[in-house]
Amino acid sequence: MQIARDILLRSYRSMRTIREFEERLHVEFATGEIPGFVHLYCGEEASGVGVCAHLTDTDTIASTHRGHGHCIAKGVGVDGMMAEIYGRQTGVCRGKGGSMHIADLSLGMLGANGIVGGGPPLICGAALSHKTLKDGAVAIAFYGDGASNEGSTLESLNLATVWNLPAVFVVEDNGYGEATGSSYACAGNQKDRAAGFGMPYFECDGNDFFSVYQTAGEAISHARNGNGPAMVHVHLARWYGHFEGDAMTYRAEGEVAELRADHDCLVNFRRRVTEAGLLEAAALDDVDMAVKDAVEAAVVAAKAAPLPVEDDLLKDVYVSY
Amino acid sequence: MSRKSFRQSINEALRQEMRRDPRVILMGEDVAGGRGGTSGVKDAWGGVLGVTKGLLTEFGEDRVLDTPITEASYIGAAAGAAATGLRPVAELMFVDFVGCCLDQIMNQAAKFRYMFGGKARTPLVIRAMYGAGFNAAAQHSQALYPLFTHIPGLKVVVPSSPYEAKGLLIEAIRDDDPVIFLENKVMYDDEEDVPDDPYTIPFGEANLTREGDDVTIVAFGRMVKFANEAADRLAKDGISCTVIDPRTTSPLDTGTILDCVADTGRLVIVDESSPRCNLATDVAALVAEEAFDALKAPIRRVCPPHTPVPFATVLENLYVPNTEKIVAAVRSVASYRMKEEA
Repeated sequence: MQIARDILLRSYRSMRTIREFEERLHVEFATGEIPGFVHLYCGEEASGVGVCAHLTDTDTIASTHRGHGHCIAKGVGVDGMMAEIYGRQTGVCRGKGGSMHIADLSLGMLGANGIVGGGPPLICGAALSHKTLKDGAVAIAFYGDGASNEGSTLESLNLATVWNLPAVFVVEDNGYGEATGSSYACAGNQKDRAAGFGMPYFECDGNDFFSVYQTAGEAISHARNGNGPAMVHVHLARWYGHFEGDAMTYRAEGEVAELRADHDCLVNFRRRVTEAGLLEAAALDDVDMAVKDAVEAAVVAAKAAPLPVEDDLLKDVYVSY
Repeated sequence: MSRKSFRQSINEALRQEMRRDPRVILMGEDVAGGRGGTSGVKDAWGGVLGVTKGLLTEFGEDRVLDTPITEASYIGAAAGAAATGLRPVAELMFVDFVGCCLDQIMNQAAKFRYMFGGKARTPLVIRAMYGAGFNAAAQHSQALYPLFTHIPGLKVVVPSSPYEAKGLLIEAIRDDDPVIFLENKVMYDDEEDVPDDPYTIPFGEANLTREGDDVTIVAFGRMVKFANEAADRLAKDGISCTVIDPRTTSPLDTGTILDCVADTGRLVIVDESSPRCNLATDVAALVAEEAFDALKAPIRRVCPPHTPVPFATVLENLYVPNTEKIVAAVRSVASYRMKEEA
C-alpha cells in the first residue's frame, strides 16, 4: 500500500493533535475550570484519522459523545473547539453546545452527539442528500459498540441498504458502553449484523493507522462508487473512562497501562514510517512541537476569550420566527 | 429520622421496597455497572450518579438488571413486565433519552389500562434525571415533565426535597399505574432529616411549604426551594407568600391551588420547563377559568425562555429561573392595582 507523504504527514498531525488535545483536556478538566461532561478519545486516534483521511469537506460524518477526535480528524480547528469546551463566545458553536455538541457543517461535520445511536439515522439522511444531489460524496456514521445495539442504529443499517445509500457505518468497538462490557451487552457479532442487512463487512485494528486507512478506503470506495452501504468494525480501546471522573473500577488493573505501553497508535505509526523510510523522525518531531504549541495556544486563547452575553441566549433558536 | 441526601433517600426507598416485595425489580443502563468488564468488579457505578449503588449487592443480578444502551427495548420490556406480574423500576438516566423510547411509554404503557377496557394494570415506575444547572447542554438538561403530564394514563412526580423523594417514590412503586418519577440532578446532594422507616406521600395532594396572605406561588421540583427562598426574603419586606409544592403534576391538586388563590388573589407560577405548554400555562389556565373573580392582579409565570438549554455557565444561569426572578415577579403582582372600572 502506497500512501503519499503529504497524507502520512497530515494524518500523523491529526492523530498527534487529538492526543495532545485530549491529554491536555484531561489535565485542565481536573482543575475544575471546564464545565459539563467531557469524554476523551485518547487511544482511538487512528480510527477517526484513518477513516477521515479518505474524505473531503463535501463528505459528511456524524460523531458521538466522544467526538473531539472525529472533529479534529475532519478538520475542525482546535482553537474553536477548545473555546467551545470552555463555553466561550468564540467557540465553534458560540459556547452553546459544549464538548458533546461540537459541529461544523461547513466541514461536513454533522456534530458530536449526546444521544447514543443519534448519528446513524442522520447519516442515512446525509447519504440521501449526497445521492440525490449527485455530489459524489459519502456519509460516515461513527458509533460505539454500545450504540450498535440501539434500534436507531439497526434501523439505519436496514434503511441504508434499502435505499442503496453511499453510507459507511464505522463501529468503534472499544469494548465498553459506559461501564458495561460489550461481551455482556452485545449479542452475536457485528459481522453477522452486517451480513444480516446484506452489506459488506470490513474489520481492522484501530491501534494501527495503516490497517484502518486501508480498510476504510475499501469500504468508502464501495459506498462512493454507488454500491450501497458498508460496515467497518474497528477494534480499539479507550485510555480514559467513559467520562472524565469515571474511576473505571470495571477495568482490570494494568489494562490501561498495557494499552499505553504496547498499543499506542502514535508509537506504532512512528515506528512504521521511520523504519520504512517513509518519513524522517525529525519531521515527526517537528509536528509534535508544532501541535504542542497549537494546543497550548488554544487553551490560552480559550481562557482569555469573552463569555457569551445575554443576547446570545435567545439567538439562533430558529432561522426566522 | 436521620440526615439523608436526595440521592440516599431515593436509594433507601428502592431498597426498602425491594425488600418488601420480591416483584420489584430494577433495570437500566449501568444501574449496577461492570457487567462484562475486565476487573470482575460488580456494582462499578450504581447508576451514572451513584443513586442505585449497593442494590446489586443486596438483591443480585436477577433483580438489578443492567441493560444494553437500548432504551426502546428495556423501557418497553419494563412496561411488558409490569403488565404481566412484576413491578419494575426502570431508570432512563437522563430524561432527554425519552426521545429514544417514547413510543413504549406514550403509546404502550400509558394506554394499556384504558385501551384494554380496564383489564390491565401496569405498575411501572420510570425514574429519570431532569433539569439544567450541570452544563450538560441541550440534550442532557431538559425538564420534560409537561411532556408526560400531557399524556393521559401516566402519573408524573416531581419531588422537591429528600423527604419528598423517599415518600413519593415508595408511593410510586406501590401504585398500580405507570409513574414517571423525575429527579432534578442538581439536587442529589441536598440533605434534610428523613425518616428511616418506609412511608408514603399520596399523589395529587399538594404540600404548602410556606403560608401567607398576599401572593400564592406554585413551584415544581427544584423550583420549590427557590420559591421558599423568595418567600422568606419577601416576608422581611412585609409581603407574605403561600408556596405550593404540587408534588405531582399528574394528578394535579387543583383544589389546593384554587383555595390558595381565592385567599391571596395573586399568583406566580415557577416552572423550570420550556415556557410554552408547560405546567405554568396549565395552572394559569386553571386559575383563569376557575378563579377569575378572585384575581387581583395578572398571573405571572417565571419560566426559562423558549430556547434549548445552553451550555455555557453564564447562559445557563440566565436560562434557569432563580430566587431573584421569583422575587421580582411576586413584587410586580403584589404592587399591581386594578384600573378603576369605567
